[in-house]
Amino acid sequence: MVPLQFYLLLAAALFCIGLFGALARRNAIGILIGIELMLNAVNINLIAFWRYIKPADLAGQIFALFVITLAAAEAAIGLALIIAIYRSRDTVNVEEVDLMKW
Amino acid sequence: MDLLNNLFPNLYDWLVGVLHALLAGLNLRADVESALVAGIMGLVVVVVLLLWLVLMVLAMIWFERKTAARVQDRVGPNRVGPWGLLQPIADTIKMLIKEDIIPANADRLVHTLAPMVAAAPAVLAFAVIPWGKGMAPTDLNIGLLWVVAIGSIGTIGLFMAGYGSNNKFSLLGGMRAVAQMISYEVPQVLTLVVIALMAGSLSMNDIVAAQSGWNGLGWYIFAFPVGPIAFIVYYISALAEVNRTPFDIPEGESEIVAGHHTEYSGLKWGFFYVGEYFNFFLICSVAVTLFLGGWQGPLLPGYVWFIIKVYALVLLGMWIRMTWPRVRVDHLMKFAWKVLVPIALINILLASLFVTYALPALNQYGLF
Amino acid sequence: MTADLFLTNVAFYVVGAIALVGALIAVTQPNLLRAALGLILAFVGVAGVYFVLEAEFVGVVQILIYIGAISVLILFAVMLTRGLMRGGVAFNTQWVGAALIAVIVFAILLFVVVGTKWNVVTQKVSGDLIPKIGTELMTTYLLPFEAISLLLLAALVGAIVIARE
Repeated sequence: MVPLQFYLLLAAALFCIGLFGALARRNAIGILIGIELMLNAVNINLIAFWRYIKPADLAGQIFALFVITLAAAEAAIGLALIIAIYRSRDTVNVEEVDLMKW
Repeated sequence: MDLLNNLFPNLYDWLVGVLHALLAGLNLRADVESALVAGIMGLVVVVVLLLWLVLMVLAMIWFERKTAARVQDRVGPNRVGPWGLLQPIADTIKMLIKEDIIPANADRLVHTLAPMVAAAPAVLAFAVIPWGKGMAPTDLNIGLLWVVAIGSIGTIGLFMAGYGSNNKFSLLGGMRAVAQMISYEVPQVLTLVVIALMAGSLSMNDIVAAQSGWNGLGWYIFAFPVGPIAFIVYYISALAEVNRTPFDIPEGESEIVAGHHTEYSGLKWGFFYVGEYFNFFLICSVAVTLFLGGWQGPLLPGYVWFIIKVYALVLLGMWIRMTWPRVRVDHLMKFAWKVLVPIALINILLASLFVTYALPALNQYGLF
Repeated sequence: MTADLFLTNVAFYVVGAIALVGALIAVTQPNLLRAALGLILAFVGVAGVYFVLEAEFVGVVQILIYIGAISVLILFAVMLTRGLMRGGVAFNTQWVGAALIAVIVFAILLFVVVGTKWNVVTQKVSGDLIPKIGTELMTTYLLPFEAISLLLLAALVGAIVIARE
């Protein structure tokens, strides 16, 4: 089998790419894309641990399913917020949405 | 009879034997040899399946034109070949030699990739369809989910076409396509839950086997009242999913030119066209597998029965297409969310009651 | 190395490369629609990783939910907030700091992953896992399952209320 470390490193790389996207993007949708990537990286870890550490226990797979559900809910709410902001302020650039910042 | 029934599995086994005999001369390690044979056989199956699907698409195009002609009191294509049988081939040649146009200011990469993304998933989904006894190209234990999941990728192709063409009509068509397909995926998946409940498995082979009672006539469409409701909801939402009239909002000619493929020509347009027929054939195959007992039937070999049943559903779809006017956009969405989804949800409840209380009793009489 | 093992390795490298390339496109591409398409590529790669790990059910759910629903939702949002889509500057002024943080986090993770001794169990996945997943969801994990259902419902209602004009 492929060593477990390779999966963990792949997940770490995806997580860091996502982190960079979430921190550096100007566009709110771009930030959301970064967050989705990070969630995916977490899921790879969960599945890899299930397969390599405890194949008899399905907890890893089931939590991956929960995380996917969570990501769906998060994307729905996040995009609804982005569209609402776009309607009222005509921008989705997070630097320009700073009315609450003093 | 047995010879005809098992023709294709036997052919497969024979080919595997021949390959092993051929490779024996190379003195490979046993596992390398079997991996190589599996790889070559996989390629053979894929090529045969693809050729078969293309043949089916050509047949369906001819069939559709003839049906349309009959419904509209015309003769239909009758110049190229006997009964116009070679017409689709002539059309194909015409399509291949047309100029390939990419609009100025279009996103070239997305524009080029879109037809492939739209057409390829349908082909992938055929990998789990049992075409006859022992004739499923691969028996995934998640077959049912695979069909749905792969089918949902096609949406992105239409969206890419809409965006990549840099054309207002394309964009409108792409948006409409996505809205419609997402909406109709929900009732479609909900009806598949009913089948999964009744068969107790997601594997296509198991689902066919579960309908073998009553001498191969224990079809789920006869499981009154759950089966017929599920079938009707599935067929309507599947027709909407593949954008066929009366649900061809994304490409309604009289409203938005040709929707997402307005700017396509030649081979790329052909990909969309073929992809549409792949999808139509796919939903009919899935409906046959899930509701009409798959390949099971008396006397004739399984694969013949499968094709007969699929073409019966194809004819039904064409009939609907010829005789119904196009649905309006807002009606379409309302119909999905306010009619089909509630019916499908109630049907799941009914199905769980059916599975708990009626199914054990029916099983005693060899039904379902 | 047996042939099966070799093929598994090749498959892992291919899907891993797809996931990484898709992710890089998704975060660096200034054109948001192309970024979303890169994200889809990354999702395909991750689904492939699940298949290599023999978690077919999660892999198919990944395709169905992430590619079929979430990325389409993102594409739709990109279209609805158009005008910001084409070109422009992708990153804000703190992107150097962000890159630094990402690299540092990766370095820490690399250190932890390589430095830890993992108790790897080599065991074949036995039989059909899907009925087992279903049973587990309805017994051991019933409470989180119900909670997540409620969350999904709340998100559904919330999204409609927020996005409504």
